[in-house]
Amino acid sequence: MKICKMHGQNKRGCGRKINPEFCFRQKGERSVMFRLNWKWAVTALMIVAAAAGAGCKKRASDPFPASGAVAGWDKTSDTRVFAAKDLWQYIDGDAEQYISAGVVSTSTSDYKYQGQLEAVVDVYTMNDAAGARKILETGQSKDAKSIQLGDECVQYAQSISFRKGRSLARIVAYESTPDAPQALLALARGVEAKL
Amino acid sequence: MKNRREFLKTAATGAVLLGSSAAADKLGFAAMLDQHAEPAKSKVVVARDAALHDASGKLDEKRVLDLLDRAIAAYTGRDKPAEAWKRIVPANLVPADKVIGLKVNGLGGKGICTHRALTLAIAERLQQIGVKPGNILVWDQNAHFLEACGFAVNTDRSHIRSYPSDQAGFEEQPMTWGTANVKLTKILSRECDLVINLPILKDHELAGVTFSMKNMYGVVQRPFELHANGCNPAVADLNCIPTIREKVRFTIGDAISSVYDGGPSFHPERLWYPNALIVGEDRVAVDRTAWQMIERKRAEAGMPTLEAAGRPPRYIATAADAAHNLGANDPQRIHLMEV
Repeated sequence: MKICKMHGQNKRGCGRKINPEFCFRQKGERSVMFRLNWKWAVTALMIVAAAAGAGCKKRASDPFPASGAVAGWDKTSDTRVFAAKDLWQYIDGDAEQYISAGVVSTSTSDYKYQGQLEAVVDVYTMNDAAGARKILETGQSKDAKSIQLGDECVQYAQSISFRKGRSLARIVAYESTPDAPQALLALARGVEAKL
Repeated sequence: MKNRREFLKTAATGAVLLGSSAAADKLGFAAMLDQHAEPAKSKVVVARDAALHDASGKLDEKRVLDLLDRAIAAYTGRDKPAEAWKRIVPANLVPADKVIGLKVNGLGGKGICTHRALTLAIAERLQQIGVKPGNILVWDQNAHFLEACGFAVNTDRSHIRSYPSDQAGFEEQPMTWGTANVKLTKILSRECDLVINLPILKDHELAGVTFSMKNMYGVVQRPFELHANGCNPAVADLNCIPTIREKVRFTIGDAISSVYDGGPSFHPERLWYPNALIVGEDRVAVDRTAWQMIERKRAEAGMPTLEAAGRPPRYIATAADAAHNLGANDPQRIHLMEV
């Protein structure tokens, strides 16, 4: 793969390397492509165009803040990712409600605050924002405190959940400590900024 | 409140020696029938310690062994732990180097899983009656669940072993009973001779309640295939599979902490501390007792009953029906001891 000799850049103008054999030529010069079966060529062209497009877009960000990125918080495990069909391996028994709301994938990672307070961050990517809203609104209790974060956010003493677009994040601490609510909110802001 | 002597005297009436009935001989297990009560009654012990958690919710792990001892003493009628545990574990298993499995539950993560302190307390008492550490096997579905329960993977026989079902592998040949068509973990089918079930008490989004019988979902390869219709009759069917019915003979249920709504995942806003163990051989009676405990807490919190919430644990009654005959669901047939 190299830059097209004729155009010097791909169609989107981002300079991403493309295969010149699939580059349309504009000045009457017959390209290699026309010697190929046209169906195969169109398919290949679509694949290349999609790849070039993806390469030009901002890459999907990792929503998990690195250790130290949020004051006091360390990321203490690798991120695990579950496709919808495998979600039972993580939350068997709860997976069904997420699947019915249109979950696409779930990512999870463990965190620790100031070396003591352990928490888990779950990020659910749904088909659409309605799915994220449905899950967030399920099971809210009267003691939920509304917070300005993302599109909607609720906080309890030991957990905080918010949605942003089609993403839903839930952060749960394993203990109740006086500084847990503020620490969880700070971590939630760190996650929200990366979504 | 009875004093300790009176309590043990009462408890002793409920203890029958190992092999004292044909059924017990057949099962190879210390059946605990109440000599003074109707023979058909199933004994369930609920042992509590209100001081198990402090005001901040911190568990005093040192008290767990005492609570376990009290529960087992009440169940067996034997004051000394070593004597009591010999009523739980058949005498022939220990010298024969048989393996005793402890099936924990770590699905809810570190926030709501079988407490490590309880598992270690049981392991300690098993060793005191001569079970070698390497013949004690703590297990759950996968390494993450085990880790949540405080156990790293360990196959070294000089220590208590712990490894998950997905590492041990599953039987190629499925076993079927009713709607349950499952591949069992080899830990249950090949490794263990006796399993003590250590579920954690939780509300369950589909089944209503998860405790003793539902914990057996953790011994099969694809538990999500058993979720239809509120897990009914799948939970009862699964427990009728002979390997499960015969090997998983005793429940020491962890109700030290619990979630009364939003389960089986951990929802700290629904966390509460029953500070209790629920102990028994009859898995249906144990589950019925646990279910009532959840209902009482939901009522106290102003929440609807599980029936009103659309998820009553119907599998409990199914498990007690004539087709399944797994135990007693009728409160008149349950001898409940609260200590």
